[in-house]
Amino acid sequence: MDYKTGRVAGVNGNLVKVKFDDTVIKNEVGYILVGEETLKGEVIRITGEVADLQIYEDTSGIKVGDEVKFTGELLSVELGPGLLTQVFDGLQNPLPQLAEKCGFFLQRGVYLDPIPNKDWEFTPCVKKGDEVSGGDAVGSVQELLFTHKIFVPFTLPGIWTVESIVEKGVYSVRDTVAVISNDKGEKKELSMIITQPVKVPIKCYEERVRPDEPMVTKIRLIDTFLPVAKGGTYCIPGPFGAGKTVLQHLTSKNADVDVVIIAACGERAGEVVETLKEFPELIDPKTGRSLMERTIIICNTSSMPVAAREASVYTAVTMAEYYRNMGLDVLLLADSTSRWAQAMREMSGRLEEIPGDEAFPAYLESRIAEFYERAGKVRLRDGSYGSVTIGGTVSPAGGNFEEPVTQATLKVVGAFHGLSRERSDARKYPAIDPLDSWSTYEGVIDKKDVDYAYSFVRRGSEVGQMMKVVGEEGTTLEDYIVYQKGEFVDSCYFQQNSFDPVDATVTIERQKHVFSVLLDILSSDYQLKDKKDARNFFNQLRQRFLDWNGTPENTPEYEKGEKEIRSFFEERKR
Amino acid sequence: MQKVYTKIESIVGNVITVKADGVRSGDLAEVTTKTGKSYANVIKLDGELVSLQVFSGASGISTGDSVRFLGVPMRVSFSDNLLGRVFDGAGKPRDNGPELEDNMIPIGGPSVNPARRIVPKNMIRTGIPMIDVFNTLVESQKLPIFSISGEPYNQLLARIAMQAEVDIIVLGGMGLKYDDYLFFRDTLNKSGALSRTVMFIHTAADPTVECTLVPDLSLAVAEQFALQGKKVLVLLTDMTNYADALKEMAITMDQVPSNRGYPGDLYSQLAARYEKAVDFEGAGSVTILGVTTMPGDDVTHPVPDNTGYITEGQYYLKHGHIEPFGSLSRLKQNVNKDTRDDHRALMDGMIKLYASYKDSLEKKSMGFLMSDWDEKLLKYGEMFEKQLMDLSVNIPLEEALDTGWKILSQCFSPEETLLKSDLIAKYWPK
Repeated sequence: MDYKTGRVAGVNGNLVKVKFDDTVIKNEVGYILVGEETLKGEVIRITGEVADLQIYEDTSGIKVGDEVKFTGELLSVELGPGLLTQVFDGLQNPLPQLAEKCGFFLQRGVYLDPIPNKDWEFTPCVKKGDEVSGGDAVGSVQELLFTHKIFVPFTLPGIWTVESIVEKGVYSVRDTVAVISNDKGEKKELSMIITQPVKVPIKCYEERVRPDEPMVTKIRLIDTFLPVAKGGTYCIPGPFGAGKTVLQHLTSKNADVDVVIIAACGERAGEVVETLKEFPELIDPKTGRSLMERTIIICNTSSMPVAAREASVYTAVTMAEYYRNMGLDVLLLADSTSRWAQAMREMSGRLEEIPGDEAFPAYLESRIAEFYERAGKVRLRDGSYGSVTIGGTVSPAGGNFEEPVTQATLKVVGAFHGLSRERSDARKYPAIDPLDSWSTYEGVIDKKDVDYAYSFVRRGSEVGQMMKVVGEEGTTLEDYIVYQKGEFVDSCYFQQNSFDPVDATVTIERQKHVFSVLLDILSSDYQLKDKKDARNFFNQLRQRFLDWNGTPENTPEYEKGEKEIRSFFEERKR
Repeated sequence: MQKVYTKIESIVGNVITVKADGVRSGDLAEVTTKTGKSYANVIKLDGELVSLQVFSGASGISTGDSVRFLGVPMRVSFSDNLLGRVFDGAGKPRDNGPELEDNMIPIGGPSVNPARRIVPKNMIRTGIPMIDVFNTLVESQKLPIFSISGEPYNQLLARIAMQAEVDIIVLGGMGLKYDDYLFFRDTLNKSGALSRTVMFIHTAADPTVECTLVPDLSLAVAEQFALQGKKVLVLLTDMTNYADALKEMAITMDQVPSNRGYPGDLYSQLAARYEKAVDFEGAGSVTILGVTTMPGDDVTHPVPDNTGYITEGQYYLKHGHIEPFGSLSRLKQNVNKDTRDDHRALMDGMIKLYASYKDSLEKKSMGFLMSDWDEKLLKYGEMFEKQLMDLSVNIPLEEALDTGWKILSQCFSPEETLLKSDLIAKYWPK
């Protein structure tokens, strides 16, 4: 390949000024040659004959005059069979393979093939003479559980004719499987791998439709009260230590989707390691296969280069869109979008742009909106549906939601699961604030019933506040019972015991059933003498309910537990 | 390539600029002035202008002083000769020992490949119930102590260092009061631990730039010991001084501040240091225990706030004890499932009750009538604080758990504790 070239003219942190010789494209990838190493970067600004490159690696050792090669390509990822189960960094470098090559530490300037050289059984679905365009499938392979479609590159413009296509058989992933040509006489060889610029959303579908099917997470508070739809977006802001990552981790295990992409963006490496070690051991109850088989991890942790952190969320969402276009439901979990925003801020500062709120760049909001808008449920050309659901955590400075990243995110998401310090301090899991949080999606349980249960929590909390002022003795028994019922919903339904194997994940069927019992408890009037009697009654009822929550379904104990609860509260019914 | 440049173009803050070519970003240089020599490192290149940050500060530098580029980045000597020694933030001896120059290793090296990390699984026992029971410390964890000035955080740090079973202790002091330095040295000496300790001490009177080098020096050395198979405990006190030094340098270099004057990359800078905590498969480990003082006891201050997002939990030291609320060890669930079957449930249950106690206490202070339940909670809270929270309590984990059950049984009936019935049957004192 012939490259355009340039020379380094200045270095400031991870921003390198390059005097270019010929022409340069904004956002194209360039490599700086430092001794034996080549360091990857992206052109982010051009002034006169100087291009500013943000370098995705540590820049020490670069000197003025070092040679630079420009590739003419935008920052892209490789898409093809073999992505599942892999662990990449923000630039799609496979980390385990890198470890084999370089040992304990991440050596800079080493770029490996993201997609392993593997043979696949390819089944064509077009024949010679067929017309195809970008995003049409030419065939498929079986990747673990899924039929993995082999596409004509999404960015290819115009109509093309199939010149030749291989017969069904086993081919290496980089072999040519089809040749296509257009009316201008251009020819293209297609392998099973296509490249896609990460900042260009993959379209190539018929239409976007409204997300209407709930995505079950097996967390009661979310599924019953604050549901998320397949193809929807939600955010989890919360101060540190409130359990954002734990929540994301459990969702990645339990969500009823086909593919989960975890983007660990600027967070702790240790958390990724837990996923890495745990997932291959866990069995997905839906498929009976290892959880890792439906997972891709993009991992650019906090001590890895900042610029690659910025790229990592785009890398992740591009892969999500790719699998979506095969008719699959994909969940993208980004943890944390604040670190991504901070990466933008660092770059903006180096570029000496005029800062906005808290020194974040002025384009922060539009970037966040663009990212979340890449979620959605779509109807594909073959009539099937696919979806990308995006759940992003936000780490607001000081736990204060009035900061730019949280506010910009809230504007564009469909559900808000705000975590509260008070709840996590009191060891209430999940620490989602049930009153502040909201969802615009429809859940599995009737909205009317959900609102009824909610009303007790809301009024109970009001009574609780009032009691702090006027004391227990200044509260009527009636109000006190409402307060107890609100607390009951909180401790028996909102909260889950994440250490308990049964209570940690609750199927939607069980949620429906338990919720119906809860409704009966809430809607009943009880004969209670005084507040002490009320407190005792609810304490005992709660003890029974919590024990029941820890009992496996379809066992005699489960039915016995329910009977005991029912007889206990029905006895005291007025 | 050891050309000497004798014309300094500008001196701003601690940054000097010279015109030079062939200089690499990050390289070390030696600045010779009338009063002595100092190291400086290259922080920016712009055409032929090279900006250098002078470690000992730029005051006293003349525009005619000489700058010699060494062609290597900042390094530190690594060998067993380090043990028992004390150095300053530029890596020069602070004791009267000889300067070390063998086996120089670069500082601030690349981060560990996440694919090569392992899940931490060894508990570090400290004998402090608030740590062992409620927020267990784990090998290779990174954990700060959030505190305010005047609290005994250095004493706590020293006590953990003494009682924890580790091979090597690396102490990084930043902006340390001279008295505190002496305290650490004497305490370690008395317990016989000095011979397995390396100290990099920057005191409050030393140049600012050297403060920012202390964590890198300490961690580079710790990492090498760990690769040799040693269990290393790194103590960093006080990281707020480190952040303030970064702030001072960023402001003098005209960087746009993000929050209360701190640079926008504060998070990344802190993370690059704390993430050096690691358990190497088939080798040793680095555990980091830091101190972050919170100006004005404000946890939302940028330094504790960013730290909290990076570290695997935090210990709040307040009124002389480790607060149960807010204190958190994120790795505790890796180890507390294997200690005793009641550990987790008891830990959660006791904290929930302690939270209710705090509510009752508030009601009481406002003059409300105390119900039976409130009275029970008040009794419980008092016993909890005295028998478990007090920092002078020094008992093994199992004894602390038994104490917990005893307190519960003296205050409540079993169903009031919200603990599951099978645990109550097993552990409730009869």
